[in-house]
Amino acid sequence: MADISYNFAGIKTPNPFWLASAPPTDKEYNVVRAFEAGWGGVVWKTLGEDPPVVNVSSRYGAVNLNGQRMMGLNNIELITDRPLDVNLEEITRVKKDWPDRAMVVSLMVPCEEGPWQKILGRVAETGADGVELNFGCPHGMSERGMGAAVGQVPEYVQMVTEWCKKHTDMPVIVKLTPNITDIRTSARAAVNGGADAVSLINTINSIVNIDLDIMAPTPTVDGKGAHGGYCGPAVKPIALNMVAEIARDPDCNGIAMSGIGGISNWRDAAEFISLGCGTVQVCTAAMHRGFKIVDDMKTGLANWMDAKGYKTLDDFRGLASANVTDWNQLNMNYDIKARINQDLCIKCGLCHIACEDTSHQAIAAARVAGDRRYEVVDQECVGCNLCMHVCPVDNCITMERVDEGKPYMNWNQDPRNPHRTAAE
Amino acid sequence: MSNWAGERKMGDIAGIAAGRLSVDELSKNFDDMYPALDSKTAGIEASRCYFCYDAPCMEACPTGIDIPNFIRKIQTGNYRGSALDILTENIMGGACARVCPTEILCEEACVRTAQEDRPVTIGRLQRFSTDWLMETGEQPFERAAPTGKTVAVVGAGPAGLAAAHRLSMLGHEVEVCEARQKAGGLNEYGIAAYKVPHDFAQQEVDFILGLGGITVHYGQALGQEVTLAGLRDRYDAVFLGLGLGAVRALGLADEQVEGVYNAVDYIAALRQSDTKADIPVGRKVVVIGGGNTAVDIAVQTKRLGAEDVTLVYRRGADAMSATPHEQHYAQTNGVKIKHWAKPASLQVAGGVVTGVGFEYTELDPDGRLIGTGETFTLEANMVFKAIGQVFIPDPVTESAACLELAEGRIAVGDGGATSIPGVFAGGDCVSGGEDLTVAAVQDGKLAAHAINDYLANR
Ligand SMILES: Cc1cc2nc3c(=O)[nH]c(=O)nc-3n(C[C@H](O)[C@H](O)[C@H](O)COP(=O)(O)OP(=O)(O)OC[C@H]3O[C@@H](n4cnc5c(N)ncnc54)[C@H](O)[C@@H]3O)c2cc1C
Ligand SMILES: Cc1cc2nc3c(=O)[nH]c(=O)nc-3n(C[C@H](O)[C@H](O)[C@H](O)COP(=O)(O)O)c2cc1C
Ligand code: SF4
Ligand code: SF4
Ligand code: SF4
Repeated sequence: MADISYNFAGIKTPNPFWLASAPPTDKEYNVVRAFEAGWGGVVWKTLGEDPPVVNVSSRYGAVNLNGQRMMGLNNIELITDRPLDVNLEEITRVKKDWPDRAMVVSLMVPCEEGPWQKILGRVAETGADGVELNFGCPHGMSERGMGAAVGQVPEYVQMVTEWCKKHTDMPVIVKLTPNITDIRTSARAAVNGGADAVSLINTINSIVNIDLDIMAPTPTVDGKGAHGGYCGPAVKPIALNMVAEIARDPDCNGIAMSGIGGISNWRDAAEFISLGCGTVQVCTAAMHRGFKIVDDMKTGLANWMDAKGYKTLDDFRGLASANVTDWNQLNMNYDIKARINQDLCIKCGLCHIACEDTSHQAIAAARVAGDRRYEVVDQECVGCNLCMHVCPVDNCITMERVDEGKPYMNWNQDPRNPHRTAAE
Repeated sequence: MSNWAGERKMGDIAGIAAGRLSVDELSKNFDDMYPALDSKTAGIEASRCYFCYDAPCMEACPTGIDIPNFIRKIQTGNYRGSALDILTENIMGGACARVCPTEILCEEACVRTAQEDRPVTIGRLQRFSTDWLMETGEQPFERAAPTGKTVAVVGAGPAGLAAAHRLSMLGHEVEVCEARQKAGGLNEYGIAAYKVPHDFAQQEVDFILGLGGITVHYGQALGQEVTLAGLRDRYDAVFLGLGLGAVRALGLADEQVEGVYNAVDYIAALRQSDTKADIPVGRKVVVIGGGNTAVDIAVQTKRLGAEDVTLVYRRGADAMSATPHEQHYAQTNGVKIKHWAKPASLQVAGGVVTGVGFEYTELDPDGRLIGTGETFTLEANMVFKAIGQVFIPDPVTESAACLELAEGRIAVGDGGATSIPGVFAGGDCVSGGEDLTVAAVQDGKLAAHAINDYLANR
């Protein structure tokens, strides 16, 4: 059986599955239930200065797709709304009762050295394994000069990280906001500030939908709404890209990463790990179905690793980031064409209409003795994959390589490129 | 119109009684065969539709409804648009959604049938949208400017009503002669009760007539109160949607005895009863036939509380005109189906049927059906004839205006044109049809357009 335990920036965890800082980690009661269910660790819901914040009523909005609930979730909640002492006391007790689990505490205080120094001292007393700096929350806190307001200014990220490294021995994880043009600038700032790890992504600025009757965004608080933070399966592609950007940025120095964003099952987790993450964090999937989902995550990951012959997470961690490259490094000589398996084809015509109306007119629609027949026109097919994606039958349309192994040639070398740099 | 011959003596015959089940049980048994979808389940089912290009389902619908389009509109919550897509092609979209044998029409052709043997449930989705619109009470169609022409329609069944509706939309005045006291044809008098419960047929008639421009004259039978020659004189054109009037006979001795009935007459009486508690039914019922009518009478007598219902068909299951889905439905309702036997004699005691003698059948080397000589007997308090209906040509073959027939029904060309100019026909009464509600609606619609062209070119 594969070993899925991990040492993440000095924090030991029996498995890579952590609950992200959010309602599931807001209290002892929830966290104990999570540990009973088998989660490897938690990032405790973000602590701030007393008096605690006050939340509004009506807090979440959701994107449902074709009857599937919560493809995306957004929220307008703030950090913990419970007193600091209560949280610290519970953290102490849970860590004592569950010594083998990772206990990371998320923090957000005003952008001054004093408050950070003070709260770090208090957290250290709990026996927690590390801290996560919440520079990501996109709503409510940013208007108060915290959260994303810090995360969007690389100088602040670096400065606060430096303060924290100065005032604690605990590993410092910097949680990054995706609400920024180039994620690498804030990741580099964290690296330069001495961070032990980054975690990403926090939620994305969003309005999930407009209630057309009352003409206001949802969630609606007495007729008005505010932008919230978007998360859930819909954000995974954005998170994966940001993780990959950091993984292959030399200036980020191979910093440890905890992947977050739309992770719902072991396969999602394996994808983040393959891009270099050491742990992953989950929020929406747990809020949707409860803590039991971790069982599939652990066994699914281990079974897959066994099948592939990976004994530890490091055996496959980062393998995919090596294959993430820039467009101009792709092989211009690689050529594929769509192939339709006529035995599997159910004649829905979607490949034809997609290609006909919106692409290259490369799938002909015909009737043979009254029966529909869809066939690829090789000369027109550019190998874009659209038909393969629209086809409702698995493996009915596949892409076949037809370049007969021509040598590698990227765009910089391509004679068709007027600005090519390499000799022909 | 022949009445159900048994109505007079019912109570007197041993083994036949009304009210075998409680009113509650009966109302459950004759409630909707399939419950309506709510907006959530409809949305989920709609999302199973791939929105096919050149959709095979559409080609398989006799009325050519744009199925992918109406289904997509359910998914987006554009219910009104969805209902109009349906009703524009098929004004009886509500009835068809309930009665169409979709398993041999749109749903058989659905690509998901090929993919996973589980089609998009097009009929149920169609019902969702049409119900939605009809519940709003809206009359979504408008009539074109008056043409000054008046068209006579004979028969207010699916064919006649569809023709009347489209003719009125095109700006013509329509006068309908209907022999019965209610419109709807077999939707009102023939279709199984659990397919169109809660007086749906009349609601749909009201919806159709709500367009305006259509006047129905009840109790006006062609060949009696009115004649084809008379209608030709008085109106600019005539459409005939007469349906089938007579039932085939078994050709046995004693066929007129008590206990032996026509399935369609019995169903008509059953359909007109509100509670079904007043409909007498035998303990032991034998049904002879292999079509939808046979299945319908078998299931309905079972649901009235008959103990044993046996459907006997002279050939194998494949040859039955009831679809496999319907045969299966009969069986899950506790109907026993026996194949390869034909009725040979009726057993009668005191003027009342007590059983049916059957002879086993087989195919001879030339593929002809023959008796084997072996026999068996089924006890029966009620025997139903469901071996097909026939067209009564008399009203359209009077010497003053005599239509050509083909295969015993009215011969028609494109758009339902008959041998007499200005006289059109459609539905069950014409030859070459499918004997389905949806086909009758299509005939009526196409004939309306043909009549419109005919009137324009005159
Ligand atoms: C028992 C039974 C069950 C069926 N079940 C189904 C089913 O589940 N699904 C399906 O698609 N189809 C079914 N059918 C077939 C379907 O009902 C018919 O195909 C359809 O009703 C034909 O419509 P129509 O307008 O041609 O005739 P009809 O519905 O028969 O209407 C004819 C109308 O003309 C009137 N009329 C007749 N003669 C005269 C006259 N001389 N003068 C004036 N008016 C006259 C009648 O009273 C009637 O109103 C069933 C048929 C039967 C008998
Ligand atoms: C209701 C809610 C509250 C959240 N609160 C916090 C928070 O206090 N601190 C924080 O760092 N992230 C917070 N997050 C963000 C999550 O930790 C996580 O980064 C994000 O939801 C993406 O992960 P997911 O797609 O698995 O949900 C919150 C998310 C939700 C849904
Ligand atoms: S999309 Fe797939 S199933 Fe549909 S017609 Fe094309 S090849 Fe056939
Ligand atoms: S009318 Fe009948 S055949 Fe046509 S789509 Fe509706 S249910 Fe299917
Ligand atoms: S064939 Fe089936 S999936 Fe395709 S459009 Fe028709 S209902 Fe939808």
